[in-house]
This record gives sequence, C-alpha cells and structure tokens, in this order.
Amino acid sequence: MTKNDFAVVGQPLPKVDAWAKVVGETRYADDLFLPRMAYAKLLRSSHAHARIRSIDTARARALPGVYAVVTAADLPPVKFGILPVSQDEEALCADKVRMVGDPLAAVAAVDEETADLACRLIDVTYEPLPALMSIFDALAHPEVRIHEYGDGPNVHKNVALQFGDVDAALVGADLVREDVFFFEGNTHLPMEQHAAVAHWTSDGKLTLWSSTQTPHYVHRVLAKVLATPAAHIRVIATPVGGGFGGKTDPFSHEIVACQLSKLTGRPVKIALTREEVFYTHRGRHPVLMWIKTGFTKRGDITGCHLRTWLDGGAYGSYGVASTFYTGVINPVTYKIPVYKFEGARIFTNKPACGPKRGHGTPQPRFALECQLDKAAEQLGLDPADLRRRIVVEPYTKTANHLTVTTIGLGECIDKVVEASGWRAKRTRYGVTAAMGSQPTGGSREGGAGCTHLVQPEPPSPKKPGIGIACSAYMTGAGTAIYWNDMPHSGVIVRADRSGGVAILCGATDIGQGSDSVLAYLTAEVLGLEPVDVQVFPADTSLTPVDLGSYSSRVTLMCGMAAIQAAGRLRDAIFKAVARKLEVDPAALVARERKIGVPDDWDKAVSFARAVELGEAMHGVLAFPGSYAPPKRAGKYKGGGVGPSPCYSYSACVVELTVDEETGTVDLRDVWIAHDIGRTLNPLLAEGQVEGSIYMGIGEALMEEQVFRKGLHKQPSMLEYKSPTTLETPEIHTILVETDDPEGPFGAKEVGQGPLLPVIPAIANAIHHALGIRIDEVPITPDKILKALELRRRGKPPRVGPERLPLFTFKDPLVVESAFGQPADAIGVRPFQS
Amino acid sequence: MKVRIALTVNDEVHEALVPVHKTLLEVLREDLALTGTKHGCELGECGTCTVLVDGQPVLSCLALPLETEGRRITTIEGLADGARLHPLQQAFAELGAAQCGYCTPGILLTAAALLSERPSPTRQEVKEALAGNLCRCTGYTKILDAVELAALRMERART
Ligand code: FES
Ligand code: FES
Repeated sequence: MTKNDFAVVGQPLPKVDAWAKVVGETRYADDLFLPRMAYAKLLRSSHAHARIRSIDTARARALPGVYAVVTAADLPPVKFGILPVSQDEEALCADKVRMVGDPLAAVAAVDEETADLACRLIDVTYEPLPALMSIFDALAHPEVRIHEYGDGPNVHKNVALQFGDVDAALVGADLVREDVFFFEGNTHLPMEQHAAVAHWTSDGKLTLWSSTQTPHYVHRVLAKVLATPAAHIRVIATPVGGGFGGKTDPFSHEIVACQLSKLTGRPVKIALTREEVFYTHRGRHPVLMWIKTGFTKRGDITGCHLRTWLDGGAYGSYGVASTFYTGVINPVTYKIPVYKFEGARIFTNKPACGPKRGHGTPQPRFALECQLDKAAEQLGLDPADLRRRIVVEPYTKTANHLTVTTIGLGECIDKVVEASGWRAKRTRYGVTAAMGSQPTGGSREGGAGCTHLVQPEPPSPKKPGIGIACSAYMTGAGTAIYWNDMPHSGVIVRADRSGGVAILCGATDIGQGSDSVLAYLTAEVLGLEPVDVQVFPADTSLTPVDLGSYSSRVTLMCGMAAIQAAGRLRDAIFKAVARKLEVDPAALVARERKIGVPDDWDKAVSFARAVELGEAMHGVLAFPGSYAPPKRAGKYKGGGVGPSPCYSYSACVVELTVDEETGTVDLRDVWIAHDIGRTLNPLLAEGQVEGSIYMGIGEALMEEQVFRKGLHKQPSMLEYKSPTTLETPEIHTILVETDDPEGPFGAKEVGQGPLLPVIPAIANAIHHALGIRIDEVPITPDKILKALELRRRGKPPRVGPERLPLFTFKDPLVVESAFGQPADAIGVRPFQS
Repeated sequence: MKVRIALTVNDEVHEALVPVHKTLLEVLREDLALTGTKHGCELGECGTCTVLVDGQPVLSCLALPLETEGRRITTIEGLADGARLHPLQQAFAELGAAQCGYCTPGILLTAAALLSERPSPTRQEVKEALAGNLCRCTGYTKILDAVELAALRMERART
C-alpha cells in the first residue's frame, strides 16, 4: 500500500487519551480512593545482607489506627519471579535480606502516617552477613552466597555461544582491536511512583488496580503466591505514569496489598515513595565488556568476540534474558560473519537490575560503536562510510540465526550524514583540525551548504565535535516469558447497532500510545474515525491476554491482532451490505463512516446501518483477533532470546562542544534517522524518538545508580541527576519507511531503538572534539578532565575500566554460523486464518 | 492537631478540617478530591505537583494550606474556562506533548504562569521557565513546541 491509500494511518492525530490528560482527568493508581480504604506501608531492610533473627510486631499491632500487620509468616511460603527459571523473590523476606530495601513486614492502617509510624515500631533483629557490592567482590567471595541457586557461587547465569570459527577469522584480519568498556547502571525514574489498590471482597474475589506494564504476569504471580485460583483474581492496569521497564516485574507491594485487603476486609492502597522506587529499581545493569573484533583494510568485519559481565543485584528479575540481550542483538546491524558471545550475570547485594528501555542492548551497543569508531580512525576511514559499507543485507540471517527482514539502516545513515552536514563538520571540527593537520578520514568532500571548509574556530575552551553511531532493536520478543503455544496478543472487537465500535485488548498504555494505536488501526480497517472506536485496555477479567508493554511488542502484536479482528468484523458487515446492495462483497470498501461500492458511492450505507444489517444477518457482532510471532527461534539452546518479527534501525549524529577547562559537555544538536517500517502517527513516533534520545543523553552524561555501604548514594530526584529542558538539545528526527511485511501496515518499533545510538554517538563526538576516549558511561566532567590530564602527562588519553574479573566462562555451545543465509518463513505465523 | 481551613481553589471556596502538617498537595488530592495534581517526589525536586497561587507557580508538596488561605489557588482542573480548554491544553493535546501525562498538569500550570507574564517568550525563556519540571517521556521537544504554539495562538487571539 502507498501512503495515499490510508485515511488514518500516517496522520498526525492527537492521542485518544490526550484530552483527559491535559485536563487532569486521567486516573492513575494513586488517584483511586475507595470507601473504607486502608493505607499500607512496607518495612524495608536497612541491611544489605543479613539473616533475619526475629521480627516482633507487637508494638506495631498495639498502635491505635492499625488494622493489620503482616510478615512472611502470614503468607504462603511461595517464591516468585518474572522468569520461570528465577523464582527467587519473596513478597516479605522470611530468613534473609539481600539488599537494603528488601521488604520484611507490612502494615495497613487508617492513614499513611499511622502505617508509617507502625512500621517503625516493628523490631527486627538481624545477623549481618558480608555485603557483596560489586562483580569483583561477589566473585572474590564464593564462600558468601547471596542465593543458593545459579551457575556457580554468586553467578546467576553463565552463557557461551559460538557461531563459526572466530579465532580463525581474527587471525586472518588486517586489524584486530581489543577494547574494554564499562556501562554504569542507571534507573528508569518514571515520574509516577508505583502504586496499587487491592480489594479482596467478601465473595472471595480479588481485584488489583496497579501501575504495571504487565497485568497478565502480575495476575499469574498473584495466583501463585496467594494460593488463589487465577479465575478469581482480576488485575487492572491503570494508566501508567511512565514505565520504561520499571513496572514490568510483579512486585512485593502488589502482593502485600492483596493480603492486607484479605485480612482487613477493606480496600488497601499502597503507594511507594520516591526513595522506595530507587530501591525497587529493575533498571539498567552495570555491564563490564571486553570486545575483540577483526577488520579488513576496507572496514569489513571478519569476526567478533564479545564478553559481558552483568552486575545483576540481589534478584533474578529478567536477568537471564538481560544476559542474552547483551550478546544477541549486535549482529543484527552489521555483517559479522562469525561471532562468539560469553556472558555472565553476577549476584550482588544491591537492588535487582532488570529491563530498562533497550533491555541489555545499550551496553554492548556502546562497546561496539565506540570500537568501530576507533577502528575507522586506525584504518583511515570515515566512521559513517565504514558503517554504511557493512550494513546487513535484508532478508538474510545473522551468524546467530536471527532473521532480518527489512533494513533501512543504509538510508538512515545517508539521511543523518546529509542533514547534519557531517562531512564538512567532520573536517572542520575536531582535535586534528585544530592542530592544523588533516583529519584522518577517507572522504573529504564537503557536505551540503559547506563552503567555508577550513574556517578556523575562534580560540575558546569549548571544542566542537561530531560523532556517529547506529543501532537495531527488536519489535517484540519472538518468544513468551513462560513457554506456551497461545497468542501473545489478543483483541476482541465488537460493534453494535449504534455504530459504535469497542476494542478490548490486554495492552497497557504506559504513555507510548497503545490505546491510540489500537483505535487508529481499527478505524483504518473499518473506515471510521478514531473517535468512533472506544478502547478498553488491560483488564484481565475482560480483555484478551496481551503479554505486556515491554520489548517494543505492543504496536506490532496488538496491532496485528486488532487488524485481524477488525478485518473479520468488516468481512461480516460486508457480507450483509453486499446482500442489501446486491453486489459482490469484494467490490465494497469502508471509508468516511460508510460502506459501499466506490463507483456507486451514492448508494453507500452508513456504518451504523451496515452494523444493523450485519447484526440481522449474523447475530451479535464480536470478533477475536490473535497474534503470535513467527516461530524463528534458532535451533540451539538459548536460541529463543533475540528472534523478533522484525528489527528497527537507527542512525544518530551528535554535535557538541566540550569545555577543556571544566570538562562539561554541551550538546548542540542531535540528528536521528529511524527505520520505523511505517509511521502510524508521526507525532507519536517522533515523541518516542525524542523521549528515547533524551533518556540516552541522561545515561551518557549524568545518570548513575551507585551505592555506598549498601545504600543508594542518590535516592532522590535532586541528587540523581537527569536532564532538564536546559540539558536537552534540539532533536531532529527523520523517519524512514521500509514497509515491513511482518508489521501492522508495515510498522516496526520506535519506542526503544532510538535510545541506543545516542550514547556511543556522544562518546565518539567527544573523541572527535578532544581526541580523548572515555570508555565508560556516564561520561562526567571529571572523567574528561582526567583524560586530558593523562594526555598532558604523555599517557594514552583514555579513561575506562582497567581490569576484568577472573572468571571462567562455560565451554561454548558451538553452532554453525547462519550468516548470509536467506531468511525463511516471512509472514508465516500461528493464528493467521 | 487539626485545623479548619478555607481554601479558594479554582474560584470555589472549600472548607476542610485537616491535620496542621498536611501539605497543600495532600489536602488538594485527599480532602478536596482534586487528583489532577500529581506528585513525583514530595520533596520539592520535580515540579510535578505545581499549582498556581495568585498566578504564581508553587510546589504544592512544600506548601502548607494555612499559608494559602485567602489566596487564589489554581489547579489543573481550573485551567480550562469551563468547557473551553486553555490554549495550552489544546496545543499539548494536538502536538502529543503529553505522553504518560503524569508531568502534564504541573507543566501546563507552570507554562500558563509564564505566558501570563511573558506572552511571547523565546524558546530559551520557555526552557528556563520549565527547567524545574521534570518529564521523563517526551524529551521536552513537543512540550516546548506546544507552549510556542499556544503562545502564538493567544497572541493572534489578542490582535
Ligand atoms: S512532588 Fe512536589 S516537587 Fe516533586
Ligand atoms: S509525559 Fe510522562 S513524564 Fe512527562
């Protein structure tokens, strides 16, 4: 289809929930107030690692206004966790705490203040254990075990995969680079703190309203840990005030609110404080990386070997998936004929890490893209040209057996190079230009509008630089979190004789606009306006299951399910209208709220009339749509992580200045071109790109989740620095359309991918400006000054990790490389007919 | 200890009996059921809880209701003129400046105060006025665009 065939798709429409949001009517979890509602608070551990000797709640129970106090003894002794392989969490810790902030007890009371006071009256005796606060600590002290399970003492996961003979490929290379990088952890910092309201009514049924991205998984976990049939539990995801992955795990506070409601016979609300959100975390893993890549003289990659060590924190969370994600996505971008990946996730006594926007992939992306920049410099190639040359071919497989469908990365690179004036600025700025010599670079021609190629910059401590990086991301995980053969997304569309259409779908709107996308796609198929479609999302008792708002899966998976459901409704209505108009159903079209034959549009019937005809012919009009991704898991153990129906691609150029005296970085402009497949709504798509870039900037320059003696060093919004309007540069977004056969009307993801390239692009631009390498994020002024100081002392001007852990990876699982093989089974998936 | 207070919120007088130490944020949300005002930190660090007091942006998580007695408080529920949206609200909806929408009430009110003082601010002035309001979703771009669009439309409406 071409753009002109669409009525709704591609239009810059407001979101369907925009009006409620601008007048303050949207009801987030903490905005719910029910009659007789009690307020709950958690008592959290003040120790990073300790055995619990005793918990005495007597004084708390005696406090006037307290309705109930619970400890682990009041809950079934069942552990939980988001992944079936890592069931290591307790709603309330029974024997041991593993991090500061671990929940120990909870109180429900007449108000929050009383609940808080009661928590302080609970007496806990701890027997402190050594706290392991880093990867090095945890590996150096195998005698201290944080958990009893895993792939070794304090090793949660140890993986090793090899696709082809990497050692041979490196031997044959013209240039082999070995680099070490570190990516510090950081957190989601959604503006809304997590909140939940539970109501266990006297008929034995439980409803939980929660600010969650994954109501379906919360539903499953509640049934398990509360030993209650899932059929009697209803989970409703309230509109989420920012998620970014921070609300994708089932949490202690949700479980505890339910139990307290059961005990008190009242609705119970629990709302986390900002400090608690910092400890709840599940954010970006700190990752140490070693990467060795071989290149030919022309910049082709001969092979790549990557090792990652993840600091997982105290619990499993999504960590097994995170570990794989640090290795499996890099080959989707560039031609890497043979590939080896070794990864390990280590337990430490810090808040558990998990999925944050880009889940496990920004870290290795930073490593690879910075290394490419270094290689380009050594080979005398322009970094944009080098990347352009090695872009993966469409409809082929990667070394690790992932199927790439469409890929617009080449076009993305061309677009940002042109829009940013890359070639001219690359020559004009930078340390080599400032020293009066020619910069290293293959290509010298000036870019558009460049006539003053060698204008010297006026002397100033602020040195300009420009850098590039690219990336890829999944449009939805190809496999579910728990193994099953059911749909990943379901939709029910119903129409009634009023002409109104309702969509029921388990998708959760976290601000990304999933409700809107469902309305747009349904309206497109039925020839309606989005305002004619009511979306009822995320209610496990009413809506078909959707696995959740994570892994950039919702637009594609719910979108495809909605198109299928709406298509079935349309077919049924067409049949009835065709009989009435005495035409072939295939001759009909739906548009402008009417159904008719294009050449005889005067006879077209209104949509409402068409529904009447349909109801008269078929009875009630309600149709399901189901989506499950194509089955493309690689046929090796671990092959289930990484496959996706299709991948999005981004190329990013950053222009900045670095102050040589203060080390401060000022971003001037960011250009990003993103292969989105098809733009369903340019406003929403640009919004996702801009938000991703902003978040990447925070990670690159300031955000870090760091600890001192078990305590978060900066558990407040003032101390945890994140970009404000003043630190956020102008962002120039270019959307590239490749019309992917796997996506709804050709669409691919846009919510996460654009975050990935901005971090290495900033690092590469800083190198361009000053000739220094900061191989560690965040790139703070002190690191820049340190690198400049090293140069003054005649040392290599690089700041980054100096050592790697002593660690033995598993013997790798050796599989043949599938690099370059043709993709199979495009557009073939379950539930298609 | 509880005190009886009378607050003028969105041109209506509300009486309530509240504990003395309750913040304006809590009273608005819990006692007056005006849940449009949000909170992100309750420590004065994020701007999410911004309301207007006599037209000036105030962090309601740091304000005590007693201090605001007799003054004009505007919350997000009072920004529209009846059913007619404020041009800022219109522009935020049209341009996609509210993603999750959680920061939106505070940002709209801060921007409204800016536009009543500086009807045609530069982009830099808008950035400075909003520098105390964190938004984690939008990257601020659409927010700045929407404030500029609203300013332009208000300007046109005046001339
Ligand atoms: S809630 Fe008041 S400033 Fe954050
Ligand atoms: S729109 Fe989500 S925090 Fe601003």
